Amino acid sequence: MLDVILTIAYLVGVISFLFLFVLFAVWFERKLSGWMQDRLGPMETGGFQGWLQTIADAIKLLLKEDIIPEQADKPLFRLAPYIIFIGTLGAFAVIPFGAHLIGSDLNIGLYYIIAISSIIAIGILMAGWSSNNKWSLYGAMRSAAQIISYEIPIGLSLLVPAVMAGSLSMQTLVAAQGGGFWNWNFLQAPPFGLIAFIIYFWASVAEVNRTPFDIPEGESELVAGYATEYSGMRYAMFFMSEYANLFVVSAIGATLFLGGWSSPLPFLTFIPGPIWFLGKSMVLVFIQMWLRWTLPRLRVDQLMGVCWKVFLPFSFLNLIVVSFWMLWVK
Amino acid sequence: MRTALKENYFKQIWKGISTTLIGMSVTIGHLFKPSVTLQYPHERWPMPEGARLRIQMDFDECTGCGACARACPVDAIIIEVLKAQAGVDLGETSNGTKKRLHVLKFDVDNAKCIYCGLCIPPCPTGAIHFDLDYEAMKLTRKELIYHFSIMTSDEVETLREADREAKAKAAAAKAQAAAEKAKAAESAPKKPNQSDSSS
Repeated sequence: MLDVILTIAYLVGVISFLFLFVLFAVWFERKLSGWMQDRLGPMETGGFQGWLQTIADAIKLLLKEDIIPEQADKPLFRLAPYIIFIGTLGAFAVIPFGAHLIGSDLNIGLYYIIAISSIIAIGILMAGWSSNNKWSLYGAMRSAAQIISYEIPIGLSLLVPAVMAGSLSMQTLVAAQGGGFWNWNFLQAPPFGLIAFIIYFWASVAEVNRTPFDIPEGESELVAGYATEYSGMRYAMFFMSEYANLFVVSAIGATLFLGGWSSPLPFLTFIPGPIWFLGKSMVLVFIQMWLRWTLPRLRVDQLMGVCWKVFLPFSFLNLIVVSFWMLWVK
Repeated sequence: MRTALKENYFKQIWKGISTTLIGMSVTIGHLFKPSVTLQYPHERWPMPEGARLRIQMDFDECTGCGACARACPVDAIIIEVLKAQAGVDLGETSNGTKKRLHVLKFDVDNAKCIYCGLCIPPCPTGAIHFDLDYEAMKLTRKELIYHFSIMTSDEVETLREADREAKAKAAAAKAQAAAEKAKAAESAPKKPNQSDSSS
């Protein structure tokens, strides 16, 4: 009984954290894009730097009419945003926020994350197909191709920390990196840990469909990709999943390569783990936003080329080298 | 062929990484640059000298000569004047021109105005100038007609009444004078006639 209550409490906590993060991240991204373009971004709503802007936008989206196209496959159309959101939320079960703050310390946590985030591709395909709209379908096909392609380098580079720690459990992976920043995985087996981290980070940008890899929703060619026919609350759901995914991939990167909730220096352990974890994740989120407002969108063939011709061979070689390193050097 | 491709491959990867880093250093630099945005309703740029905006006029300076209305190519200025009564001093403008007319109406229709500025040079007292305020939108066209005359309709009515009375009086006086003249003319030729008849 207590387990059930605790699980529900954790779920509620995670969902409210997600909401808060999305509200913050959307505002922050708008401010950041403004500052990087010598503008100001939202300034009016809420007084200080327009901090209420996202909340106002969210309320607006929730109050909008929910339009479903007449020729749409209605059950799939209705279901798709929830599938995507479930895929995002599912990953939170094994993300370690702190030493004891984890939904479930599965012994196959890493495997579980890779598996559950693939559900997002199904949700996107559902959304694109059921919209009965060529933009949506193109966007969905591109997105599915992209996510499935980039799963491979992501998987291979995530195996590098797993090989280093000898485990797939998230808490074991974090514990193996404890004691100081020199134990973090991106500095292990130099430079192969770093290469794995960079490949993971770049591929994760593609995985969450963000610029420069946002061809599934490239406004200039596909209007809004798989979200073209969506409006109001369902669109807000897509939007939220996108930003929640941004946090998920950053959190995984922070957990596997930047030591998770462990402190960078041994005498800083008095600062609680969740703060370190969120700080590291936010740094990665910031870098993703920074990339977004720096680089233009890639072409489809370039995107696939980078994945199959560069990321895949490098991550594969990297994994093999690290495996032998662990066998012989350590 | 094979080696060339290989070189190209690594070169391209290096190019991809290095140019990304260059781009990122540019954007992070702009992150700390002050913004060029002006928060418009709270701050605004000063208008440049000689900006052509709405016509503004200083009513105290107006002599009611109507030179501006004559110069206006689109008839956007409508002036109605009334001659001052004898003995009524309307004062002088700042450059010493004596005011001789009551300006009952000085309307500028900003819906018609083409902001050419041709009304400004003819004004003998320099009463007309461009206003530097540019937020001139109104809800109806009627509101775009600016009334510069400070006279109320009551005042205008009294002035017109006085003018009418004065005119009537003048007309009466004239009529009387004419009548007297006529009488005089009537009575005057009698004498020669009499003398004629007497002679």
